Amino acid sequence: METKDKVLMINPEKCTGCRLCELVCAVKHDGVSNPSRSRIKVMKWEMDGVYIPMACQQCQDAPCKAVCPAGALSRNDELNTIEVDQDKCIGCRSCVAVCPFGAMGFNSIDRKVFKCDLCGGDPQCVRFCEVECVEYVDVNDVAVIKKKEAAAKLHAKSHKVALKEA
Amino acid sequence: MSLDRKIAYINLTTGDVEVKPIPLDVRRKFLGGRGLDAYLLLNHSEKGCDPLGPDNPLIVSGGILTATCASATARTHVMAKSPLTGLLGSCNMGGFFAPEMAWAGFHHLVIKGKAKKPSYIYIHNGEIQIRDAKNIWGKTTTDAQWAIRDELDDQEVKSLVCGPAGENLVAFANVMTGIKNAGGRTGMGAVMGSKNLKAIACRGTMDINIAHPVEALEYNKRFIDQITSAKVNKTQGTLGTPMIWGATNSWGGVRTRNFQYNQCEYADDIEPEAIDDICEDTMGPYHMSGCFGCQVHCRAQYRIPSGPLKGKYEEGPEYTSQGAFGGETDTPRAETVLVGNHLVDQYGMDNLETGSLISWAMELYEKGIISSKDTDGLDLRFGNDEAVLEMIERICFRKGKVADALANGGIPASKTFGKDSFSYLIQVKGMSNLHSDERATPGLALNIATSSRGSDHLRSRPAIDLYHLPEEVLQKIYGSPIPYDGKLSSEHTEYIGKPWQVFWQENCYMGVDCLGICKYHTTFLGATLPNYEDWPKVLYYNTGLEFTPEELWDISRRCNMIERLFNLREGLTRNDLEKGDMLNHRYFDEPTRRGAIDVVGRVIDKKKFVKMVDEFYEHKGLDKKGNPKTETLKQLGLENEPSHML
Repeated sequence: METKDKVLMINPEKCTGCRLCELVCAVKHDGVSNPSRSRIKVMKWEMDGVYIPMACQQCQDAPCKAVCPAGALSRNDELNTIEVDQDKCIGCRSCVAVCPFGAMGFNSIDRKVFKCDLCGGDPQCVRFCEVECVEYVDVNDVAVIKKKEAAAKLHAKSHKVALKEA
Repeated sequence: MSLDRKIAYINLTTGDVEVKPIPLDVRRKFLGGRGLDAYLLLNHSEKGCDPLGPDNPLIVSGGILTATCASATARTHVMAKSPLTGLLGSCNMGGFFAPEMAWAGFHHLVIKGKAKKPSYIYIHNGEIQIRDAKNIWGKTTTDAQWAIRDELDDQEVKSLVCGPAGENLVAFANVMTGIKNAGGRTGMGAVMGSKNLKAIACRGTMDINIAHPVEALEYNKRFIDQITSAKVNKTQGTLGTPMIWGATNSWGGVRTRNFQYNQCEYADDIEPEAIDDICEDTMGPYHMSGCFGCQVHCRAQYRIPSGPLKGKYEEGPEYTSQGAFGGETDTPRAETVLVGNHLVDQYGMDNLETGSLISWAMELYEKGIISSKDTDGLDLRFGNDEAVLEMIERICFRKGKVADALANGGIPASKTFGKDSFSYLIQVKGMSNLHSDERATPGLALNIATSSRGSDHLRSRPAIDLYHLPEEVLQKIYGSPIPYDGKLSSEHTEYIGKPWQVFWQENCYMGVDCLGICKYHTTFLGATLPNYEDWPKVLYYNTGLEFTPEELWDISRRCNMIERLFNLREGLTRNDLEKGDMLNHRYFDEPTRRGAIDVVGRVIDKKKFVKMVDEFYEHKGLDKKGNPKTETLKQLGLENEPSHML
């Protein structure tokens, strides 16, 4: 599978808030059920019916990598991910503090930081998300997909008729 | 491992907390969830205990698979003796509570006694505290949950609460979690209120080990594909349970004006598509939400579109609210249904019981058995939207003679109203029926008559009976895991084979309730969904426990028999109109007046009904009176109950 330029694309509008992504993420990585171990996390505003999954953006100029004093974080060009080398990690949590998305986790059970590794190119959050809120797409397609969705909405607004497919 | 989740005994009178493991031999007999709850109730309550007294144990649980890598293990179950029926009290709800309780270390809670002042229980990673609820008491169900989060300074806390209706001991008060996940029916919220227990709050970050994680993940994917491939679940995920309304009402299966008609006319405003339009207008195109780990996502989101509560966020309405506040009271207006749904959720009150009792009172008003003097001037006629909404409020806060009487439940209210009010009350074992009309469907009639928690559609309903599936298909479904060589009929109007179907469904629903899985993930509305053949694999991959389908079937039967034993102990008598497996006379005497050609003009044939009950008892291993035969108890290993293993 060509993974070099693939990224997670999240469309929060579609999230049903079921948190299956959190469950399968923990089972895949740690063999246990425990959302506090999940790399992806659904943030909720229950009284507004708003659910937004948050995950690592695998930044190009990653603050976690820049701040790490132990050189434990590096870019995997093959998968387009930022990786943690647990042997080098000193557990200072600077990366947790600096991440603008809260995507770097610290596990108080194992006392280690953890982050999304895109499951080595087959992200389980995507595989299990039946409503396709979380998708794994080519980075070049993200903007096109978003454009088309936005265009469909504009069309629906001006014509009061929704197109069959966004 | 989910098997290391514990049981906690909490005494609110003394403040004592005792934590115990759940032995494997208990698991092998009762699994968990509702089945083990029933065992605990039978073993921890005395015959004739006051449902609203300190000795009535309130039991809260998740299933054996809760929060494991299985599909939709979101269900929380609550059990106690019911203040509404005096028999088995039992409710089951989705949401996120039971998984959080499992991550906090517990599968079952047995709560006894009565706190001296309003209190709530807080469970965090194996620790249990009883805390002062002075800042939470009196609040609505959602306000209470958010206040607890603020007080504990943790926005991830999940709570199970009672609302004002529970505090006011309304006999059909709910326990609630989230916005609208309701443990409805049988008044478990009133049991909470009677114990001065406002809430149970949970927060957990403890691992649940999965016995075979790789296989569990892969099998879960297969399971989910099976769930989502069913057309009925796709529709549920688009329209929610209101999708049932359209077909059922046009066919003539919805009781209206209490029990006078079986179809609600001029109901375009509450058709599923009309409700869906409101959801879309107020919440956008993606307005469905789901319980923990569920892909059916049948919970719609909406804001009240008009009127004084315009803009208030709510979820639902379920099919039950369409019937309760639209059909039965003959007020088929979207705003009434949506506002009514919002009010019962906020107050923590059973929508079904509330709507049914209001419509019963409306019929009594129409017949002159109660008058405007009794209602303090409220014009309680059918079709009066304001009266419906006003009555919801009055029942919750017990305002006025009629509402206060209704808040005690139908049978006690019939004693207050006198005359022949009881004969108009559509109930079994003291619990009102869903708004469905079973006169054209003997199988469904048998289901509501014999359901363990009173008239109910979620304990043994052979809902797929309405699909007219070919007999070979029925044989395939109902002939497994135990062979069935009797006849089955594709006709919903027939009596043949229905007792077996009801018996089979009773076991199937007990199975999912022990596992902690939602009924939309088994043979309920979808004929192709997983059951006994699939559950052993899910159980094995997640817990390491090996069961055959036949063993799981026996566990289901055993747990149902425990519920039966409890009901018999508390006075269930076969033909008793208040505490028996018997229907209101109107099912036998008043033909349906509306509906499709195979529905109109029908009654339940009493002789055939009696024969169905006999046959159903035979399948369950009961004698003609409905008591278990000695050999049945022996075969199920229940000859020494209560056995006090836990």
